[in-house]
Amino acid sequence: MNGYLEFEKPVAQLEARIAELRSSAEDDSVDISSEISRLEIKSAALLASTYASLTPWQKTQVARHPRRPHFRDYVEHTFDDFLPLGGDRYYGEDEAILGGFAKLGDRRVMLIGHEKGHDTESRLRHNFGMGKPEGYRKAIRLMELAGRFGLPVITLVDTSGAFPGIEAEERGQAEAIARSTEACLALPVPMVAAIVGEGGSGGAVALASANRVLMLEHAVYSVISPEGCASILWRTAEKASDAAQAMKVTSHDLEKLGVIDRIVMEPSGGAHRDHTLAGELLGEALETELASLAAMSSEQVIRQREDRFLSISG
Amino acid sequence: MNWFTRVRNTLPFIGKRDTPDNLWIKCPNCQDMVFVKEYEENLSVCPNCGHHGRIGADRRLEILLDEGYDVLPQPQVTEDPLKFKDTKRYVDRLKQARAKNPHRDAFTVGSGTIEGKPAVVGVQDFGFMGGSMGMAVGAAFCNGAQKALDRRAAYIVVTAAGGARMQEGILSLMQMPKATVMTRRLKEAGLPYIVVLSDPTTGGVTASYAMLGDIHMAEPGALIGFAGQRVIQDTIREQLPDGFQRAEYLYRHGMVDLVVERKDMRGTLSDLLEYLQPQAAA
Ligand SMILES: [Zn+2]
Repeated sequence: MNGYLEFEKPVAQLEARIAELRSSAEDDSVDISSEISRLEIKSAALLASTYASLTPWQKTQVARHPRRPHFRDYVEHTFDDFLPLGGDRYYGEDEAILGGFAKLGDRRVMLIGHEKGHDTESRLRHNFGMGKPEGYRKAIRLMELAGRFGLPVITLVDTSGAFPGIEAEERGQAEAIARSTEACLALPVPMVAAIVGEGGSGGAVALASANRVLMLEHAVYSVISPEGCASILWRTAEKASDAAQAMKVTSHDLEKLGVIDRIVMEPSGGAHRDHTLAGELLGEALETELASLAAMSSEQVIRQREDRFLSISG
Repeated sequence: MNWFTRVRNTLPFIGKRDTPDNLWIKCPNCQDMVFVKEYEENLSVCPNCGHHGRIGADRRLEILLDEGYDVLPQPQVTEDPLKFKDTKRYVDRLKQARAKNPHRDAFTVGSGTIEGKPAVVGVQDFGFMGGSMGMAVGAAFCNGAQKALDRRAAYIVVTAAGGARMQEGILSLMQMPKATVMTRRLKEAGLPYIVVLSDPTTGGVTASYAMLGDIHMAEPGALIGFAGQRVIQDTIREQLPDGFQRAEYLYRHGMVDLVVERKDMRGTLSDLLEYLQPQAAA
């Protein structure tokens, strides 16, 4: 069933049944329309209950859903007047990490984030959201620019990880990530990061060392992919579900551990079912967090951010 | 414990020849048989081919610092915060690692001098769970940095890690920004921070404090990189170039200032500290 995840099968069956009834309803007979609305209520309830009790591995599937809203969708539904800026000034333009000026409500901000792409062509162009050194160096450049002009920084994190390749290593992938983390920590302006899909390891933390770290309800954030962890510790990637469980990758787990500050609720059945609403909910949360940081001086902003990371203790 | 058992414990990757007297070890690089005592006296570097073997934290501190240094106490951190269990419980893996190592985790800090110049040296030990970075490693790194700040001394960190301590999940990832807070403080305080990359340094350690030094030194042949070689091969399905991710390769690509042999490390550090003397805070 196209677009449905494995565990959504019962919902998919109900929705298929509803569609079938609809198309077969020649006349709007009372019988059929009441049956349809009964099934619709049932389907909505089933969807809500399914999503209320997702396992960490199921959440990983949702976070990676091909129709999950990505950077460009949030640009459309959360922000206004995005003005993209390109290039790291050393090597090239990496479209896995996008950035530029944008408006969030009345606020002018610097917006930076991973873009995974939504079809084959765009996925290749954005390298599936796996940033290369030039992408992280562009992020550093834009953060420094924002710092100099007093613009708060918002990052949208959505990557399976930084790109593992020969050229990325040659150009200093590790150094670029380390410097990007350092640039986050040095910002004299407020920074809010939102893990919107996958927060994959160093490639994520390089854009998420912020004053406030938000996480979408069904996003995941981890030090290594569940498959990677499973293949090392269990010696088979098939134990990914166990690894996801053991590593504590969900928004609720990470809130308890003090790693994230706020969970941003998603539309019923996940952000991929309603990009507009997902974008609005994220926008409200970002505005609230930026407002709470607005009164701080540069020194306070830096100090709060440092203390935030120094005090994480599990 | 006699000197040989001690050597054996610090050399987990060097197989010993199966002889009753156990006096010889085989170099993993040139396969030459080397007299253990000679090998140890040569700082665990193969006298035949120059292969730099892995060494434990205590030996490393001994090599780098002047006599009479202090070893900082291991910081207290939440143990097994996730109650992690794979095929084995994390607490059992920790217990096992501690039984084989004189220290409670993979990062040990010595505070003293190098040829008279104040220095704090942090050493990551690959022999303890692959040097992996968890909360104890992060906390010890930060303690070392704080000691350098308090003493207005140089901070020198010898890195070695297979990557993150997966059993601590996201909390291991959080050590990257945490350590970076401290490298920034050293910089602001006008103190030098020098990284010595030893074999192997990969993953989140490389992508944080190992690449933020004022000076990067590397031991010859050390494997240094972000992504693991198997991961890269699985992703790009290409042959990796000769010497890929080795110290000399990083030097050629501009990521390392100096490739320095172990026997010259202390002297080179001392030379560097002549130039990098503590400055007034920024
Ligand atoms: Zn040899």
